Amino acid sequence: MAKKRILIAKPGLDGHDRGAKYVARALKDAGYEVIYTGIRQTPEAIVSTAIQEDVDFIGLSLLSGAHNELFPRVVELLDNKGAEDIIVFGGGVIPIDDFDYLKSKGVKAIFTPGAQIKDIIDFIELQN
Amino acid sequence: MINCCIRKIFPEIENLSNGLIKGDTRSIAKALSVVENCRDKGELLINRIFLETGKSSVWGVTGPPGSGKSSLVDKLIEKERSLSRKVAVIAVDPTSPFSGGALLGDRLRMQSHATDPGVFIRSMASRGRLGGLSNASFDAVKIFDAAGFNTVIIETVGVGQSEIEIVELSDLVILVLAPGMGDDIQAMKAGIMEIGDIFVVNKKDKDGAEKMKTEIEYALSLKEGHHKGDRSNVVMTSAKSGEGTDMLHREICDQVKLSSSSGGLRERKLRNTKKEIERIFNMKISELFYEKGVMSSKIEQAAVEIQNKSMSPYEFVGKEISLFKGANK
Amino acid sequence: MSLNEIIAKKFSSWEKNVLEKLLKKFPERQKEFLTASSEKVERLYLPFENEQEKYIRDLGFPGEFPFTRGIQPTMFRGRLWTMRQYAGFGTAEESNQRYKFLLSQGQTGLSIAFDLPTQIGYDSDHPMSEGEVGKVGVAIDSLKDMEILFDGIPLDKVSTSMTINAPASVLLAMYIAVGEKQGVPREKLQGTIQNDILKEYVARGTYIFPPEPSMRLITNIFEYCSGELKNFNTISISGYHIREAGSTAVQEVAFTLSNGIEYVKAAVNAGLDVDSFAGRLSFFFNAHNDLFEEVAKFRAARRIWAKIMRDKFSAKNEKSLLLRFHTQTGGSTLTAQQPDNNIVRVAIQTLAAVLGGTQSLHTNSRDEALALPTEDSVRIALRTQQIVGYESGVTNTVDPLGGSYFVESLTDSIESEAQTYISKIESLGGMISAIEKGFIQKEIQDSAYKYQKDIESNERIVVGVNKFSVEEKPPKGLLRVDPKLRDLQIKKTTEVKKNRNNEKVKKNLSALKVASSDPNANLMPFIVDAVKEYATLGEICSVLRETFGEYKENIVL
Repeated sequence: MAKKRILIAKPGLDGHDRGAKYVARALKDAGYEVIYTGIRQTPEAIVSTAIQEDVDFIGLSLLSGAHNELFPRVVELLDNKGAEDIIVFGGGVIPIDDFDYLKSKGVKAIFTPGAQIKDIIDFIELQN
Repeated sequence: MINCCIRKIFPEIENLSNGLIKGDTRSIAKALSVVENCRDKGELLINRIFLETGKSSVWGVTGPPGSGKSSLVDKLIEKERSLSRKVAVIAVDPTSPFSGGALLGDRLRMQSHATDPGVFIRSMASRGRLGGLSNASFDAVKIFDAAGFNTVIIETVGVGQSEIEIVELSDLVILVLAPGMGDDIQAMKAGIMEIGDIFVVNKKDKDGAEKMKTEIEYALSLKEGHHKGDRSNVVMTSAKSGEGTDMLHREICDQVKLSSSSGGLRERKLRNTKKEIERIFNMKISELFYEKGVMSSKIEQAAVEIQNKSMSPYEFVGKEISLFKGANK
Repeated sequence: MSLNEIIAKKFSSWEKNVLEKLLKKFPERQKEFLTASSEKVERLYLPFENEQEKYIRDLGFPGEFPFTRGIQPTMFRGRLWTMRQYAGFGTAEESNQRYKFLLSQGQTGLSIAFDLPTQIGYDSDHPMSEGEVGKVGVAIDSLKDMEILFDGIPLDKVSTSMTINAPASVLLAMYIAVGEKQGVPREKLQGTIQNDILKEYVARGTYIFPPEPSMRLITNIFEYCSGELKNFNTISISGYHIREAGSTAVQEVAFTLSNGIEYVKAAVNAGLDVDSFAGRLSFFFNAHNDLFEEVAKFRAARRIWAKIMRDKFSAKNEKSLLLRFHTQTGGSTLTAQQPDNNIVRVAIQTLAAVLGGTQSLHTNSRDEALALPTEDSVRIALRTQQIVGYESGVTNTVDPLGGSYFVESLTDSIESEAQTYISKIESLGGMISAIEKGFIQKEIQDSAYKYQKDIESNERIVVGVNKFSVEEKPPKGLLRVDPKLRDLQIKKTTEVKKNRNNEKVKKNLSALKVASSDPNANLMPFIVDAVKEYATLGEICSVLRETFGEYKENIVL
C-alpha cells in the first residue's frame, strides 16, 4: 500500500523548530511517513532531498520573515527538476498579506500560529 | 521474452528501468517507491534491471540507537566521495506499530551531501516488520546497484531481526558500538559477535571506550576459527571529530579486497542468494495460503474449536495443507 | 492543642460540613486544575506547619540569602526595573532611528536585535544570507554598521543589551571600539551580551561552533571583561528560549541554572576565581500567563542559584550569589487571531515579572505573531510596563505575594522539582553531556508536544484560538522590511572593504588564526584588533570556523 511521504524542512537561518518538530511528530502519529532534515537547509538541499525521498509533500516552516524569498525558490527549483507534482505548503509567522503572493508562486497552503494539525491533515487528504 | 511483455503492459516500468539504469535521480526515486508500495510492479522492475546488478559493494551498518551510526556513515560517504565513488545510503527506521507512521530523521546527519549528485540518500520505514528490514530494502539495494552506485550503505538500528537480516543483504557488516550505553553489549554479545565483520567503538574519547575495545577483542578471540595473532578488526573512532574514520575506511576497503581475492565474498554472496530465495519462497507460500482473506476467518473458527478440544492445532493445519495440495493438483 | 492542630481540625470539619454539601449541589468546573505547566493545583492552601522556622530558612529578607524575596532591600521602592524593548531591523540607520524613538518615549535601556546572518556569523553577501538580511534584527557586517547604529547615542549614558551568542566576542569588540571612538572609557560601558551558547544547541539554533571551543570563547570573554569592562554583564543565561521551545516552568528554571553551572565550572576550570566573574553573570527568563506559577518560578530560581553559588562553588562575595534577571513576556503565548487580545496577555505577564522581582523587562507587542511590531504596537507594549509601574501600586512594597500560602507552596515545589532535574543532569555528566545525549531536547519536545495536544483536544483553552473565535479581517499596516535592503547592505560592506587598510586586516586575521589554535590564548584582544581595522564579522567567524569546525545539530525526534 502506498503511504504518503512528507518532507518537513526549515529553510533559512532561523532556529525556531518547535512548530516544525510538532508537525513532524503529529503527522507521524497520523500515519504518514515523515522525513525531517533539521534547521538551516538551503532550498537546493530541500529540493534534492524531496526528490531522492520521492515525497508527495514538502512542508516548509519559517519564522524569520524570509518566506517571500525562500518558499518560491523551493517551488521554482522543483519545477526546474521536473518535480512539479510535489506539493509545497508552508507555515510560520507569515502575514496574511503575503498569502496571495505565495500562492501565486505555487505554495498550495499556508498555516499560521494557531493552526491545528487536523487542518494540515485535511489539506493533505484533499490533494490528488 | 519476459522483457517484451513488460514493455507492453507497463511502459511506466520500462521507462523507470531505463531511467534508473542511466542513473536518473527521479527514476531511481520513483523505482524505490514502486518496490516499497507495489509488489507486483516491483518484481517486474527487478526482473527488468537484474542483469545490471552485481557490481556494487554493499555495506551494512548497524548498532544500538545513539551509537552514532548516521554520523559515521556521513564520514564514510565523505571518504568514498574523495575517491570519486558514487554512494547510495538506505537509512531504515522503524514504523510506529500504533499509527503506521514513521519519523525518518537519520539523513539529518548526512545533509551536507544533499546536493552532491554522486550521493543518493533514501530513508525507509520498516513498515510493519518489527525491528526487521522491509522486503523493499533488498530490492532497493538492487536498484542502486543497477543505477551505477559503487557503494551502497544500509543503515539499520541493531535491535531484533535486522541484525540477522543485514548480514543477508550486505557484503560486509560494520557494527557500531559506543561506551556509556548501558549493559546492552554484554547481553547482545553472543548474537553480535556472529554478524560483525568490522567492529567500531565510536565516541572513543568517552570513558570506557578502551575497556569496550578489549572486551570485544576478548569475545572475538573465543570465536571459532580465530587464530592467535589474527589482525584486530576493532576500530576506535570519533564520528564527531572524524578521528579514526580514515582507519575505519581503510579497514573496510582492505576487507573487501581480501574477501574478493580469497573467494570469501563469492561464497557469501552465494549464501545470501540462497537465503533470499528461501525468504521469497516463504513469503509467496504464506501469501498463497492467506490469499483473499479466507484463511484468516478459517483460523478464527478453528481457534474456537481447538479451544473446545474438538481437534488439535496439528490436525487443523494438516487438513488445510491436504486441501491446498488437492486444489493444486 | 497547638495552633496547627486547631487549623487541621477546623479544616477537616470545614471539608465535611461546608465543602461536601456544596460540592453535591455545585460540582467544580473540572476534575483537576492544572497550571500552564501541567502542575496540579489544590483547591485551597493552608498555613505551613512551622511557619516562622520556614520564614527564616526559605524566605529571609530582601537583599539577604537566599534572596527569595528579592535581590535588593527596597526593590521597586528604590527604583523601577529597566524598561528595555528588544528592537532592531533593517539597516543600522533604521534601527538607530527606532532606538532614538524608544529613548524619547521613556525607555531606559537599549536592547539590540541582530538579524540571523549576523547571529550566525555570515556577512550579508554570504549565500546563506539570502532572504534573511535585516529581517529579525539589524544587519551588522563591520564596525562601520555599529558606528551608524549608535550614532548620537552616548554609550556612557545608556546601557545596551545585545542578543548575540555564537559571535558575541565580535559584537562586544565592536561595541568597545565604538565606545573608544566616542571617547568613553571601557569601565564606563554598561550592558549585557547574551553569550549563552548552550541554550542555542537545545532551543534557539543560532550556534556556529561545537561546544568545546564555544565554551572557550565564553571564558575568554569572562576573563577579558573582569579586567577591563567591570560594568558589563558578560553573559545572560537564558531560559527564555527554552520556554519558547515548549518547556515547562520547572524545566525553564532547571535547564537554565544547569547551563549556569556549566559556565561557572568552565571558568573555574580555566583558572578564574569564582568571585572575579560571578557577580557579572545575569539571567533571562520568560513570563507566561499563569501568574502565580510564574511569580513562584522567579522566586524559586533566585533561591536555588544562591544555594548553588554558595554551596557548590563556595562563592564568598554576596554579589556572586545574586540571580539578577531580565524578563521578556512569552512570545509563544501570543496569538495571530484577534491580536489585540495579546495586549491583555502581555499585561498579565508584565505583572508576573514585576511581582517576581525582575531587574529589567521587555514587553512583546500585540502583532508579533503576525510580523515585526509597528511603532504603535511597541508604544502600547511599553505603556503596559509604565501602567504597571506607575498606576497599579504593586511596586509599593517588596515581594507583595510573599507569604501567600499558594505562592510559597508553588515556590517550594518548583524548587524541588528543578533540583531533581539539576541532579539528573549532573548524573549525566553535566549539561554538555546531557545535550549530546539528547536528554534536554527530548524533555523539551515532549512537553511542547503535550501542550499542543492539549490545545488541539480542547483540554486547554486559548481564547480566540480554540474558543471564542470570530471571523476576522486581515490586519493592516504591518511592518515590512524592504527586500532590496540586502543589496544596499552588500554595497555598503563592499565599500568598507575597499577603503580599509587590507594589509592590516590580513595581518590581524592571521594573528587571530594562530591564536585560535593555541588553547591558552585569550582571543578577545585579537578580535578587538581585527574589528578596529574593519575586518568583517563574516571574515572573523570564517577564521574561527576553520580552526573550530562547525556544530552539527543533534536531533532526537
